[in-house]
Amino acid sequence: MTHPKRPPIDSRWVLERKDFNGLFEALAGRGYAVIGPTVRDAAIVYEEIQSDQDLPEGWTDEQEAGRYRLKPRPDRKLFGYNVGPHSWKRWLNPPSVRLWRARREGGGFAVAPETERPPRVAFLGVRPCELRAIEIQDKVFMGGGYKDDIYKSRRDSLFIVAVQCGQAGGTCFCVSMKTGPKSNGGFDLALTEVLESGRHYFLLEVGTARGAEVAGEVACVPAGKHQRQAAEARVMEAVSQMGRTMDTSDLRGLFYRNAEHPRWEETAARCLLCANCTMACPTCFCTTVEDTTDLTGERAERRRTWDSCFSADFSYLHGGSVRFSPKSRYRQWITHKLAAWFDQFGTSGCVGCGRCITWCPAAIDITEEVRAIRKGDSGKKE
Amino acid sequence: MPKKRPKLAVWKFASCDGCQLSLLDCEDELLAVAGAVEIAYFPEASRAVAKGPYDLSLVEGSITTPHDAERIHRIRRQSKFLVSIGACATSGGIQALRNFKNVKEFVSIVYASPGYIHTLNKSTPIADHIAVDFELRGCPVSKVQLLELVNALLNGRKPNIGNQSVCVGCKARGAVCVMVARGAPCLGPVTQEGCGAICPAYDRGCYGCFGPKESPNTGSLSERWGVLGVDKKGRVRAFRGFNAYADAFRRESEANER
Ligand code: SF4
Ligand code: SF4
Ligand code: SF4
Ligand code: SF4
Repeated sequence: MTHPKRPPIDSRWVLERKDFNGLFEALAGRGYAVIGPTVRDAAIVYEEIQSDQDLPEGWTDEQEAGRYRLKPRPDRKLFGYNVGPHSWKRWLNPPSVRLWRARREGGGFAVAPETERPPRVAFLGVRPCELRAIEIQDKVFMGGGYKDDIYKSRRDSLFIVAVQCGQAGGTCFCVSMKTGPKSNGGFDLALTEVLESGRHYFLLEVGTARGAEVAGEVACVPAGKHQRQAAEARVMEAVSQMGRTMDTSDLRGLFYRNAEHPRWEETAARCLLCANCTMACPTCFCTTVEDTTDLTGERAERRRTWDSCFSADFSYLHGGSVRFSPKSRYRQWITHKLAAWFDQFGTSGCVGCGRCITWCPAAIDITEEVRAIRKGDSGKKE
Repeated sequence: MPKKRPKLAVWKFASCDGCQLSLLDCEDELLAVAGAVEIAYFPEASRAVAKGPYDLSLVEGSITTPHDAERIHRIRRQSKFLVSIGACATSGGIQALRNFKNVKEFVSIVYASPGYIHTLNKSTPIADHIAVDFELRGCPVSKVQLLELVNALLNGRKPNIGNQSVCVGCKARGAVCVMVARGAPCLGPVTQEGCGAICPAYDRGCYGCFGPKESPNTGSLSERWGVLGVDKKGRVRAFRGFNAYADAFRRESEANER
């Protein structure tokens, strides 16, 4: 095994399973904490991990609306599962973060801005739909006139190792959303896991100069035609397994002209207004701020925490909540994701990862909702 | 800085004392609290008693006797802010299970001389009797929320105590949903957050200690529990916990009895 000295961007290499830990070593050597998949509490979650021993080797999952089950797999694949309960936004836009602290001074107060540097993090195992979700959040937090420092400082130092999907889950619909199951960019390195006739290896793609530096420290050899084709075949398998589909034609118009569809009441009767879908969704970005003081009132701080349009307080203006009825809250979520997002950010707010379907305790399915709204599409233009 | 420290009183009605103990349990912060307020009436903590009126009254427990139904009015008259704390004070507590039966039958079974027992037919929350300024939920209350409440009152600001679902706290702490991943029945989607989703983080469904969240869709959750294999009897039991007499939970348990 050799180390490629300066692997060019877009080049492809073969990394054997037995050498996989070299990737952890190379990342650790560059000061990255690695966040990746691991088995915890009956699921495959993203957490800080130390070596290939922590990866969910030999595990997979079964997913349906409102149902997730961790299952052993017959082989030793490291990445033979689909996306789980958490998304990477946890590290880029943490659930709770301090914005600033202040101290009483004379008649006023002095603000000390937050100076804490976020840890240097490498994500290992980012799926194509998740890469697209990160790109979408880049637009939300850094694309407009206001740049969000909390997000940006985390994003700028981030290293991404993507994993192309070799299988699709029961609630996946990335093919409909054109976000997967293969990604052609947005990563520093990308892996495709291949198991064939007793051989276990990864096709390694180099995406950036930073990626090339890390790849240069990992034992691998140039990929041949056969290995490229084998990797491609894995991705095609995932395409054939998509658990869900969504007809995306004129989604924006569909929701704008069906604000008064009878389906809204039906779904609202099932919706628990629990906010799980928005918390699990990799693109939902809403937060609220809270001010706290110490008992003496000498010190104060402001925190930013995750919030959701399913909460009544979310739309509270003076006098009450603008969206109080369950119907208006459910409609807000899906209309924002699939329609208003285009006006706001020039893209869909949904990447087809299926989390909101799997992790909805009431088993509400966004693809099913789109079908139902289409069925009674009142104002359809011919 | 206020020159005079606000006077704090802690009152007990039908309850287990657990919520008052949460205040004593604030070990690290207790001295700061004692420095910031004058603890004027708190028999659980001190024998010293200062006369009213009180700036803040914390009321624990539910109303279960004619005597207590009178006493709570006297406390209200002496209190500027009155906050009911805990499931007993905010919904009637576990003792509100009697509300679903005939209390006279219990009395005759439990007590040797039932004639001495002067009890009301129902165990009711404080807010059924007097105007309450804030209700702090939980069985027991969370000490973080209790401190936040005292802190907010002292500093003249709104307490950061939300009314969202337990699921919000569950996702924020990174727990894996036990309903979805294990098929375990959980009351989290209809229960107000406050505990930080302790039970789901320890692989159990939520027991509903903090009572109904705003707009709780208990009917839909009941149906889902049915899919997970919990029969109507099981659902009645689940909604008849510490907050059995809270409106939404009471209606749901009664609906499942039919
Ligand atoms: S809306 Fe649902 S399927 Fe779409 S990106 Fe969000 S969680 Fe995934
Ligand atoms: S769907 Fe709701 S929670 Fe998600 S980004 Fe839109 S408003 Fe925010
Ligand atoms: S759609 Fe599902 S996950 Fe989202 S708020 Fe409603 S019940 Fe909860
Ligand atoms: S475990 Fe319970 S509280 Fe947590 S997300 Fe699931 S239903 Fe909600």
